[in-house]
Amino acid sequence: MRAFTQHTGIVAPMDRSNVDTDMIIPKQFLKSIKRTGFGPNLFDELRYLDEGKPDQDASQRPLNPDFVLNQERYRTASVLLARSNFGCGSSREHAPWALDDFGFRVIIAPSFADIFYNNCFKNGLLPIVLAENIVDQLFQEVEAEDGYQLTVDLLAQTVTTPSGAVFSFEVDGFRRHCLLNGLDDIGVTLEDADRIRAYEEQRRQTAPWLFNTLS
Amino acid sequence: MAGKTLYDKLWDDHLVTQRDDGSALIYIDRHLLHEVTSPQAFEGLRLANRKPWRLDANLATPDHNVPTTDRDKGIDGIEDPVSRIQVETLGENCEEFGILEFELMDQRQGIVHVIGPEQGAILPGMTVVCGDSHTSTHGAFGILAHGIGTSEVEHVLATQCLVQKKMKNMLVRINGNPGPGVTAKDLVLAVIGEIGTAGGSGYAIEFGGDAIRGLSMEGRMTVCNMAIEAGARVGMVAVDDTTIDYVKGRPFAPTAAQWEQAVAYWRTLHSDADAVFDKVVDIDATAIKPQVTWGTSPEMVAGVDGLVPDPADESDPIKREGIERALKYMGLTANMPITDIKLDRVFIGSCTNSRIEDLREAAAVVKGRKVAATVKQAMVVPGSGLVKAQAESEGLDKIFVEAGLEWRDPGCSMCLAMNADKLGQGEHCASTSNRNFEGRQGFGGRTHLVSPAMAAAAAVTGHFVDVRELTH
Ligand code: SF4
Repeated sequence: MRAFTQHTGIVAPMDRSNVDTDMIIPKQFLKSIKRTGFGPNLFDELRYLDEGKPDQDASQRPLNPDFVLNQERYRTASVLLARSNFGCGSSREHAPWALDDFGFRVIIAPSFADIFYNNCFKNGLLPIVLAENIVDQLFQEVEAEDGYQLTVDLLAQTVTTPSGAVFSFEVDGFRRHCLLNGLDDIGVTLEDADRIRAYEEQRRQTAPWLFNTLS
Repeated sequence: MAGKTLYDKLWDDHLVTQRDDGSALIYIDRHLLHEVTSPQAFEGLRLANRKPWRLDANLATPDHNVPTTDRDKGIDGIEDPVSRIQVETLGENCEEFGILEFELMDQRQGIVHVIGPEQGAILPGMTVVCGDSHTSTHGAFGILAHGIGTSEVEHVLATQCLVQKKMKNMLVRINGNPGPGVTAKDLVLAVIGEIGTAGGSGYAIEFGGDAIRGLSMEGRMTVCNMAIEAGARVGMVAVDDTTIDYVKGRPFAPTAAQWEQAVAYWRTLHSDADAVFDKVVDIDATAIKPQVTWGTSPEMVAGVDGLVPDPADESDPIKREGIERALKYMGLTANMPITDIKLDRVFIGSCTNSRIEDLREAAAVVKGRKVAATVKQAMVVPGSGLVKAQAESEGLDKIFVEAGLEWRDPGCSMCLAMNADKLGQGEHCASTSNRNFEGRQGFGGRTHLVSPAMAAAAAVTGHFVDVRELTH
């Protein structure tokens, strides 16, 4: 996995709450058996005026001029500023894959849906929870200033604005460790292989029916 | 020391190791797989040269992409080549790694959350995961069950464990007994309306109270299925006689001495009387009416006798904008009666409501009636091949077909419209599924979530109607 330590980038504001994963990447694109290539279809139904189909050349499609990522100033954004309960709905990891493929590295919101939040970390994407009033303030600043950038430091757990204001954020220790070092967490878990085997052995004694074969 | 909640017990019994940083390794007893969220996980195993940790913990079936007509054509019946590749890839992966799969032509094939319990592959006290958020369904059996992403699918395949942090405990108590015509679906929609789509975020919800105790296992699955729509990854119900009676005799359920041993353990799977919850929500079942969602989020729900809300009445600006946006998308006007909403299509199916009791409920309403002339299509999609066979043995298929509904083959179908079944732009659909997000059932489609009985009533009248007016 790609490591994440520090990132500075243009911020795009997505001003609606409860953005669900169907909205982030509609189902027709879930038919792919790959992990990459979802970027052109990120927010497909909001971004384009026509109905998106897999394997289509997105550069030929009519853009919705009102959608935030279609505005010139946000096209190269890598920090997404969002509202509460971002990423609710389906567990599809295609949602963080699409955000990542578009170029996002950080998502800031007052709250995230649990599964989506978790999926981000597995893909080198950092979701940051900041208080509602701070998020409000960032929305105002982004809209007021062309080229607005934020600097995110995972080591220090801070978000710094262009004017020098610093906000700290919380992140779970294990996730932070994996992300900072770009660790494959399967490898980390397999270091505990003996413990897993010991658990299975004990469980086989107390609840043998759990180990019956399916056939 | 206070007693334990059901969630505490399940957690403790699956804890492999607790790490210093607050995370824990949790053992997974059953892993369900389907074609959409697994290909990249198998690919990951291959690239890292890893093998599944324990083959017999896994069970797979294709469901999201499968056609619901012409099943006898098998895989050739999947017209969309991209869908076909995904279904074929699941088959190849299961074959290569040695995982049991109920293939397209197997009568046991169906929606992943329907087939597991049906086969007794899902047992009380287990931990169950699947690359699908509606895995919460299995919590109905006193199980710790939740959806995971594809990286975690790979992690579970490789290690039989998940890295987790313990959630908080929430009890949703639905007190009293709902009136006739008010179903499990109405109960859970009312709960979501009450606590909101983020209300359960960070919590494992246990559903309790008389109304839950009074439900069948299928009803409890409907309730737990939609816990995720209240923001909770996990929904659970304590084990009781209803649970144990349901499991008994299923193909993969334990037998003889193992059965006795299992039942003794399962009987301990309830929250202790002195257990402490971080949050308790009380809901009065007697006040719940048949529910209909009017908006683009499951929390945008009202009783069938209610009105579409007026954004002007909402003081919170973000919520007001949300309501305005939803009304625009749904093509509805503020303050119109819910019963004035007309339907173009009706969909009875999905992992929320495609089991035999759901189909019986719908059939009872349409029996001797006809689908309204203004409804373009009404379809019934059973949750599995076995549900289909059972319904046919009871003659339900004939009732549906005589009333003008289509009787289909099992799969997810129009719940998320990855196969050929979808809504046209602007069409309103009465749907027994679980998500009414924009575009969920087709580009520009408008979904209203309801119970099977309410969907059936809408099919025969062409608009929403209180099903109790037709049946009592
Ligand atoms: S029926 Fe719908 S919600 Fe359930 S697993 Fe299939 S697509 Fe998902």
